[in-house]
Amino acid sequence: MKKKLLIVLALLVAVPALLLFASCGKQTVKADIGEAADTLSDKGASASDSDSSDSSGSDVTSESLTDAQSLQKSAGPTAQERMAMEKAEAMQALVNEDVRFDFDSAALNERAQEILKKKATYLEKYSAAYVTVTIEGHCDDRGTNEYNLALGEKRAQSAKNFLVNLGIASSRLKTISYGEEKPVDPGQNEGAWVKNRRAHFIIQ
Amino acid sequence: MRYFRLFIVFVAALLTMTGISFGGYDYIDINSPSIRKMPIAVPLFKSGSVATNSDNIQLSKKGSDMLSGMLDFTGYFKILDRDSFLENPLKPETTLQTVDFRNWTTVGAELLVTGTIQAKGNDLEIEMRLFDTTKASQLVGKKYRADANDLRQIMRLFASEIVYCLTGNRGVFDTCIAFVSTGSGNKEIYICDFDGTNVRQFTKNKAITLFPAWSSDGKWLAYTSYLKGNPDLYIKNIANNSISSVAKKGINITPSWMPGQFALAATLSYSGDQDIYLMTGDGKIIKKLTNSTGSDVSPAFSPNGKKMAFVSSRSGTPQIYIQDIDTGAVQRLTFNGRYNTQPCWSHKGDKIVYCGMDEGRHNIYIIGLDGKAPVQLTHNEGNNESPSWSPDGSLIVFSSTREGPSRIYVMTSYGTDQRRLFAISGEQTNPKWSPRLVNK
Repeated sequence: MKKKLLIVLALLVAVPALLLFASCGKQTVKADIGEAADTLSDKGASASDSDSSDSSGSDVTSESLTDAQSLQKSAGPTAQERMAMEKAEAMQALVNEDVRFDFDSAALNERAQEILKKKATYLEKYSAAYVTVTIEGHCDDRGTNEYNLALGEKRAQSAKNFLVNLGIASSRLKTISYGEEKPVDPGQNEGAWVKNRRAHFIIQ
Repeated sequence: MRYFRLFIVFVAALLTMTGISFGGYDYIDINSPSIRKMPIAVPLFKSGSVATNSDNIQLSKKGSDMLSGMLDFTGYFKILDRDSFLENPLKPETTLQTVDFRNWTTVGAELLVTGTIQAKGNDLEIEMRLFDTTKASQLVGKKYRADANDLRQIMRLFASEIVYCLTGNRGVFDTCIAFVSTGSGNKEIYICDFDGTNVRQFTKNKAITLFPAWSSDGKWLAYTSYLKGNPDLYIKNIANNSISSVAKKGINITPSWMPGQFALAATLSYSGDQDIYLMTGDGKIIKKLTNSTGSDVSPAFSPNGKKMAFVSSRSGTPQIYIQDIDTGAVQRLTFNGRYNTQPCWSHKGDKIVYCGMDEGRHNIYIIGLDGKAPVQLTHNEGNNESPSWSPDGSLIVFSSTREGPSRIYVMTSYGTDQRRLFAISGEQTNPKWSPRLVNK
């Protein structure tokens, strides 16, 4: 939870700064940086959409626009911030999307493999930062809880093995099984069960 | 155990025995599938010489109600309605000499329990007798003296005498049931008496705690807990709370004790595969018992410890297998359905009760060792899981969602008399019946 908060906070700081950077880019900054900023501002905008912090973002922008001097000074830190934001985004994507499984199965279907491949690219990108993750294996509660605790471990392991095969160092991937003990959705219907049969990623 | 702090000054077979030997145990054959409930009369106990004292009258009612409740719990008896009794309150019938057996055969009683309770200071003096009304004979007579707070213990002792006399088995009165409850906000292990009374919290880990397992002497309870973040195994001495743990990488789950030994089996996955290992009671690995790719969980030993039932996914779906401990030979036991788990061996070693899934619902089944024709004991009432046999084989405790939240239920080993043990906050799962916890 703390990590999520930090990520959101980082975005709140970084997004307005980037928006500001992008909107002024055409006049003051070189074209190639401007381009990079443009693509970033797209991402930034969508991130701020999801946080519904548009209004506060534009407030900050309009105030800062009057001071071109301070803008120039902040060009250095912004690159760092951009990196941080990219990483935060990647980390969030790593955590947000669960790998799902069929009933009584630890096999990775096509969709599960796609998600894991995406996660592998993030992990690869930040291998220097040595991001390590814990993969939690979970089950729906239709089985019995002894067997499910074993099944949850196999789900976490098959996600891990897939990533290791893609070249991620196994030392960066811990696994733990919670069986059916930590459902995300306590409902007793297919919709809930699908969500609960998952490998969930946590950044350490 | 504190539980058995009972000060019986003396327990004496009453001298009024009439030469009936109770060696036959032919009253109730607990192995008969068509068990007939024996009609038994448990009239209010008499209050001895001070019958006018209202405290004594209350005590008599409490005692006789307690005893008839315990007898009812066994499923062996039909407790007759006291309103139908013909006894004359002015002519108390308590001994062979004073009981008018026609009064009892007329109301359909085949058995009669009489008692007198006298409070003497802080002590109680209680006499109780069991009669066969058709033979007009006394089967059991006992006299107890104990602390006034130990009324329930005395009733348990006499209930045990009655059941022993009629079945040749001591029954379940000195057993407990361990189970998991979410009442505190986390899954923790609780213990209650055989009939669901006296519920107390056993672990206070503030972390997911699962799979209680009693040692066969009743002195140890093993379980899995996420106390330190990982599902580790803990082995706890019930009397002095000393603990050893098995905290290997991966899962350390589903402990089960080997009968008569300070040794237990559990599933560990530190090697990379989930296999069942045999360990000493303090958690040192003796040997690996299973060796197949896939999950091997939930070991359960036969009463003589020579065989082990367990659940394996080696065929693709979870099924129950039986392994010979000495030879290592493995046989698949269950073939019906695609999800059969949670095996528990009967006290005689001839049957296994387990949980099978059909059309998305779990139900409880009993199967012989030949694996043929499993008998379904629960039907169309929510999910019914985690069956555990009482040590005398007469009853099965299990969890069920038939009333919504998961709760603990008991039934006879024929599936009859299904009833909830208690209603406490949270959900209750994973019940395990203890062995007889005899006061030592």
